[in-house]
Amino acid sequence: MENVVEMINIRKEFPGVVANDNITLTLRKGEIHALLGENGAGKSTLMSILFGMYQPDRGLIKINGKETKISNPNVANDLGIGMVHQHFKLVDIFTVTENIILGSEPRKMGILDVKKAAKRIEELSKHYGLNVDPYAKIQDISVGMQQRVEILKMLYRNADVLIFDEPTAVLTPQEIEELMKIMKNLISEGKSIILITHKLKEIKAVADRCTVIRRGKLIGTVDVATTSEETMAEMMVGRQVSFKVNKYESRPGEVILRLDNVSVKSNRKHMGLKNFSLEVRAGEIVGIAGVEGNGQTELVEAITGLRGIESGDIYFKGEKINHLSIRKRIENGIGHIPEDRQKRGLVLDYSLEENVILEVYNRKPFSSRGLLNRAAIRNYASKIIESFDVRSGQGAISIARSLSGGNQQKLIIGREIELDPSLLIAVQPTRGLDVGSIEYIHRRLVEHRDKGKAVLLISLELDEIMNLADRIAVVNNGELVGVLDSSEATENKIGLMMAGVKRMEEGK
Amino acid sequence: MKNFLISLLAVLFGLLAGALLMAITGHNPLEGFSYLLEGGLKNPERIGNTLATATPLILTGLSVAFAFRTGLFNIGAAGQMLIGGFCATAVGLSFDMARPLLLLVMVLVGMLGGALWALIPGILKAKFNVHEVVSTIMMNWIAYWTIYYVVPAYFKGEFLETESRRLPETATLKWKLLSDIFGGSYINLGLIIALVFVFIVGFIINKTTLGYELKAVGYNRHAAEYAGIAVNRGIILSMLISGGLAGLAGVVQYAGNASSIQIGILPSQGYDGIAVALLGANTPIGVMLSAVFFGLLYSGRGFMSAMTDIPPEISDSIIAIVIYFAATSILIERLLRRFKKPLSEKSKDPAGGKKVQS
Repeated sequence: MENVVEMINIRKEFPGVVANDNITLTLRKGEIHALLGENGAGKSTLMSILFGMYQPDRGLIKINGKETKISNPNVANDLGIGMVHQHFKLVDIFTVTENIILGSEPRKMGILDVKKAAKRIEELSKHYGLNVDPYAKIQDISVGMQQRVEILKMLYRNADVLIFDEPTAVLTPQEIEELMKIMKNLISEGKSIILITHKLKEIKAVADRCTVIRRGKLIGTVDVATTSEETMAEMMVGRQVSFKVNKYESRPGEVILRLDNVSVKSNRKHMGLKNFSLEVRAGEIVGIAGVEGNGQTELVEAITGLRGIESGDIYFKGEKINHLSIRKRIENGIGHIPEDRQKRGLVLDYSLEENVILEVYNRKPFSSRGLLNRAAIRNYASKIIESFDVRSGQGAISIARSLSGGNQQKLIIGREIELDPSLLIAVQPTRGLDVGSIEYIHRRLVEHRDKGKAVLLISLELDEIMNLADRIAVVNNGELVGVLDSSEATENKIGLMMAGVKRMEEGK
Repeated sequence: MKNFLISLLAVLFGLLAGALLMAITGHNPLEGFSYLLEGGLKNPERIGNTLATATPLILTGLSVAFAFRTGLFNIGAAGQMLIGGFCATAVGLSFDMARPLLLLVMVLVGMLGGALWALIPGILKAKFNVHEVVSTIMMNWIAYWTIYYVVPAYFKGEFLETESRRLPETATLKWKLLSDIFGGSYINLGLIIALVFVFIVGFIINKTTLGYELKAVGYNRHAAEYAGIAVNRGIILSMLISGGLAGLAGVVQYAGNASSIQIGILPSQGYDGIAVALLGANTPIGVMLSAVFFGLLYSGRGFMSAMTDIPPEISDSIIAIVIYFAATSILIERLLRRFKKPLSEKSKDPAGGKKVQS
């Protein structure tokens, strides 16, 4: 079979890290080739090199058997290489067609000819089964549909090699399934695909071969059909990975957090959380299951103090905290791994050591009499960085922005767990992380529970909730549908409750 | 380091463009620049005047830079400076005290005046999310018209209706010893005060929990809020400090470089502070250096236009172009990268090769 892309012995160094060390990857015509690696393993760098955004320090690239120098993305485009970025690059108020032709607008006597473009887009859309309306505005269509616009953008420019950068991170399960179908359509029409991902399930579902890299080094290329998920996970992480969390029965103690008929307004000014009552005890993990936007954000922000409550009471360790300041709540022992790590969790332009003291900078030994103690801060940061395996270019003085998403998340989790809070609120703690990191974070959460602390876990991934939680509270439309013991919980039961169906014995 | 290089290049480009302008208008750039430099540095007196010109710029630059580091764009330094200068002048004209005490009170009152003038936009921002750019500009004009009314009404000068009475020598920052060292220049205690504040502001920004808090609010107020930092308090505090610095600039201008306050003028140093901060990359030391550079251009241009027929506007153009390049530092950065690339590629390769073998 002929190779459309060959990247041979690629090396790329950044200050302090070797992002790619002698990596070789070949893409055959008509295959889906998965590129698997942990966060920060060097996947994105390798693909950025192929797409012309970086120049390799060494190594060579062959396209269709011919050695080529890809000096910028335009060259890559001309060579038929297209990239579907994880974060879409679309203009919200433009139509699908306008977005697709942006940069190569068809003209008729100097005047923009949108109709012609729209017709071609419609044809392409039909041909590949994308089902996109060329005249719809981006702001009106779903995220999954937006992704197809990105795909169409590539097809419109006659790309033969399509790079998908973690395409499923932003999609719902149904959208993921449709994307898989689309990818298969694409290869049956002669396109070749590189799929960057760390989700093994998806690789198993669509990929033909899989190249694994770890810490910038090539581990190997395997045939997906004959390789188990466990083997690939092991290649990626460098050790055996268990998908199941090992934990003992919980031994719940006193009540740490009690919500009593709490109602909270959402951003849209209606009640996002309605008469919500829940208890979380020391030594247990309570999971909140629910479809996104059913009151989880309001719940978390009410407990942490980021949002005021309309009615009801919140008790923490027996004390009413309705009007306590955020800082006081943190000092009393509420830790919070926020949903949006870049918006809430980190000051991206601060270094790691400055981020690590975000909540404790005013305490000893990090400062006294208003003066920061750099040595103590550095020490503390190094400890967290080491024990939570946060990988960065320059250690404690690296800027948080320069870290990969997974490492940013590990830093936040390290920071919160190091505070040793009586109640740890973990919101989507493993979103966007690879299996190795997920396993590790899950273990730390269970450890925290086993130390006799309370953990409130909010996650959209049912697997995560079922794996970790001792009790599962299901929310729908801002109301508590019911609380299940993990022993009696099944995916089916929870799924029904998430859809708003109450349990039989509570039925009206 | 990188920022320093960028600012230096901005200055260089500005000077080159100035040379080009001189050449195009039929003058000899070398001659022009040599008179410009001579005008600012020829003898101790001129050096002293250059530093004195730079003094209020250092303080307004610090004011803007401090606010900027905490995420606020204080373009009301002009108004805060005017009010600060006025408050100090009013004290100097109204009270008779031992000189050290009087000067101390004038400095404190001036800072307080500037701080209060900035407090209003700070509160508006914190409580009602009114953008500080809009409110500080409005405060500038309120300051302008307040002075316009109050000075003639209560502190009218002996000869001119448009300015206040002159401060007695003892109620100004003039210092004979310093002035004598610099050959009779109008350099004064203000410079010492400004240098002290370069140090103080640097200290606050880099070493204190206050600076840490305010920068966190500036970089990402959501994260600051999440961490329990009182964001609104930070905004107000930051405006207070910024305004205080601008007020102090007013003190050194109106009771140091000058000894009376005019009506109908918004001090240009207020707006120049933005440029000074920009060129100084918002660091205290950078602000100090760029203020001195601005001072040099301002004090040298008179000499240049006296000795040649090059119009003084050339030096204003140079300043404008320097600001332009400082503001578009991203372009310079790109340029730097292009220059650097061939170098680093050469130096990297053998090292990379070795690492692989080991």
